[in-house]
Amino acid sequence: MGRVVIDVMPKPEILDPQGKAVVGALPRLGFTGFTGVRQGKRFELEVEGEVTDEVLAEARKAAETLLSNPVIEDVVSVRAADGAAGAGA
Amino acid sequence: MSTDTPARPSGAALDTVERAAATPEHELPWEALGLKADEYERIREILGRRPTGAELAMYSVMWSEHCSYKSSKVHLRTFGRHTTDEMKKHLMVGIGENAGVVDIGQGWAVTFKVESHNHPSFIEPYQGAATGVGGIIRDIMAMGARPVAVMDSLRFGTIDHPDTARVVPGVVSGVGGYGNCIGLPNIGGEVFFDPSYQGNPLVNALCVGAMKHEDVHLANARGVGNLIVLFGARTGGDGIGGVSVLASETFEDTGPSKRPAVQVGDPFQEKVLIECCLDLFSAGLVEGIQDLGGAGLSCATSELASAGDGGMLIHLDRVPLRDSSLSPEEILMSESQERMMAVVTPANVDAFLAVTAKWDVEAAVLGEVTDGDRLLVQWHGETVVDVPPRTVAHEGPVYERPYARPASQDALQADAPTAERLPRPATGEELRATLLRMTASPNLCSRAWITDQYDRYVLGNTTLATPDDAGVVRVDEETGLGVALSLDGNGRFTKLDPATGAQLSLAEAYRNVATAGARPLAVTDCLNFGSPEDPGVMWQFAEAVQGLAEGCEALGVPVTGGNVSLYNQTGDRGLDSAVLPTPVIGVLGVLDDVSRRTPSGWREPGQVLYLLGTTRDELGGSEWAWVEHRHLGGLPPALDLEHEKLLADVLVNCSRDGLVDAAHDLSEGGLAQALVEGSLRFGAGARVWLDELCERDGIDPFVALFSESAGRVLVAVPREEEVRFNDMCTARGLAHLRIGVTEEVSQETRLDVQGLFAVPLAELREAHTATLPAHFGG
Repeated sequence: MGRVVIDVMPKPEILDPQGKAVVGALPRLGFTGFTGVRQGKRFELEVEGEVTDEVLAEARKAAETLLSNPVIEDVVSVRAADGAAGAGA
Repeated sequence: MSTDTPARPSGAALDTVERAAATPEHELPWEALGLKADEYERIREILGRRPTGAELAMYSVMWSEHCSYKSSKVHLRTFGRHTTDEMKKHLMVGIGENAGVVDIGQGWAVTFKVESHNHPSFIEPYQGAATGVGGIIRDIMAMGARPVAVMDSLRFGTIDHPDTARVVPGVVSGVGGYGNCIGLPNIGGEVFFDPSYQGNPLVNALCVGAMKHEDVHLANARGVGNLIVLFGARTGGDGIGGVSVLASETFEDTGPSKRPAVQVGDPFQEKVLIECCLDLFSAGLVEGIQDLGGAGLSCATSELASAGDGGMLIHLDRVPLRDSSLSPEEILMSESQERMMAVVTPANVDAFLAVTAKWDVEAAVLGEVTDGDRLLVQWHGETVVDVPPRTVAHEGPVYERPYARPASQDALQADAPTAERLPRPATGEELRATLLRMTASPNLCSRAWITDQYDRYVLGNTTLATPDDAGVVRVDEETGLGVALSLDGNGRFTKLDPATGAQLSLAEAYRNVATAGARPLAVTDCLNFGSPEDPGVMWQFAEAVQGLAEGCEALGVPVTGGNVSLYNQTGDRGLDSAVLPTPVIGVLGVLDDVSRRTPSGWREPGQVLYLLGTTRDELGGSEWAWVEHRHLGGLPPALDLEHEKLLADVLVNCSRDGLVDAAHDLSEGGLAQALVEGSLRFGAGARVWLDELCERDGIDPFVALFSESAGRVLVAVPREEEVRFNDMCTARGLAHLRIGVTEEVSQETRLDVQGLFAVPLAELREAHTATLPAHFGG
């Protein structure tokens, strides 16, 4: 069984209220030295068999059309999970 | 390159005023920024040289249709000509400020305004709608008020179009998401589907705020030496459109931005900003204040200076940035949300900054009010803008666009929905089936799927909300003083006859407010039309404004502000690619005690149903013609504004004296829809007879049920009040007719139109509530 991992992030120029909330909370809890936080999301897609280039291509298509909102988010990586076979993204 | 230092990339030439004077031949991309050749020439004349990139950015955005009202201004002056001194009696602040302010008595004032966020809501429905709500809330804050409620008027393409399935859920959750997070009740509005809004959804948001008379604040920068403070969120690349052309013009690709960027709202930041502003106001630390919306800093600085003494110096490099690679042009244009600008005396500035620090709101002193009449903007000590602010903000171009009644208008009006043209139901069985289809149709079905996503009761002051005719909120918790608001538009009526259609929308909102028991006081409007470059669209606009202004004068309610949204069209088929001309009218009324409000449905058995007003064969532009025949033609219903005034007066008196237990306005779908909604509101049926109505008005049962004649309200009168009620209507000369009685709330209860048909409420409810969930999910 293979697994594809997809990372989606808000576009760099887009306001990220969640990240802003986290960066505000960090020093209050004693975590100093962090000047910026941006929060994205990670998807794990499971497939029967190996993660082939075709599977990755299909996953990228899904990431760009369904898993992300192309107006405000970027798909930053589509890759096979650790140990799984297949070419990286 | 490093993104840590706020300085611009070395090596790139800053387009300073000095450089602009020395390089007159340097070409700027004025056309790509939407300016016309003569407009660019005028800027050169005003400045006596070519503009800098930053100046061009400012002029181009402030002279855009959206900010300058250049096509609509000549027509909007009509409102002033039709506003009498009598109408101004309750008006504390009129058109021109961020929002109008109305005196509602007991030392209280309210401010309210409706604004469009149409195009952004098509691009990115959630954020577009959310930032629309956020923007109008800041307008209300800028007047010194605490926002107390929001409303929204939404228009989408046909319900079964695939893109509608994308836009509707996004817009609805955006409106709900922002309003719910910030903790403001959404007390009403409207939703309408029509193919003309395909690709051009209309998202109009209204906010109302309350304050004491002495707390009113205005947007102007007066007093030489006073400081200009920007506070709230940091400035990022949000909403920067065409100005990226300038950025790439003056220096190479630097920032991460692939502009334009969608504006993203942060309601939690805005909530803090509201409390921070109110704290600043109550401590007396604010001389003038302005919110940052469209055109961002360009708009705030030039408007504040223009409305004040005229001189201002801004150090643009002091603006706190989210993205340090932004150029001066981009900083001036950014539409980052949740920002405000205040004018503060030097003596108060420390106290001001202490308050913003307390609320954890970032603030920066950008500059000061200067003597003279120039707005100077500096970037690291070099002057990039040196302009007379009035020429940017208030003396932009004004166009007398050609307008002409479209050739197709005669044919449209001649195509009346007569009995010969459109077959009508006649038998009881046919009328029953028509009623069920109508009440399930997209524009008449229950809005619960949408409004259940909005918090309607947060803050605990909402006393009426959707599905009642108007939203009512308590303003003074001691005395019960409150306001009622209704937001209405009818693009079909306006298409058939723009002047009458606009008046019908006004009359409906006015009637709805009175139906809830409130005395109508003032108006806000959002005028959504197609391209002003089309003479047919411009004619619709001119006619609608004229009609509206005359209607407001006749009803004695002044327009206090609002906005104009043009270019709502897709494609180049002229008038045919434009949206239905859609003036959305908000009317605000006052109730001395909100516990006297009148709901839209009945709940006691044995009360008497009266129909106020008379019914004519008026089906042009009606829901029946559209739902059953996809027909739009003929003339809209006739309107008698004197009758509307009388009707409102009687309704307000009825509410005050407790003569009616329920009142429901008749509009889209006519009497049939009013009976359905009045029954379903609390689940109590009704027995209705139409014979006397048909005989008095010379109509048949179909017309009685589905005509959309104006000036009609259905009321439920308790038996013990019937004599007083009758006497009052007779004395005032208001047409009133007993048409039925209410039934009890029970499983078997029905809507029974005697001699024609009966429908169990369970069956009606099933038809009425299934449509939106079926299209947009559980």
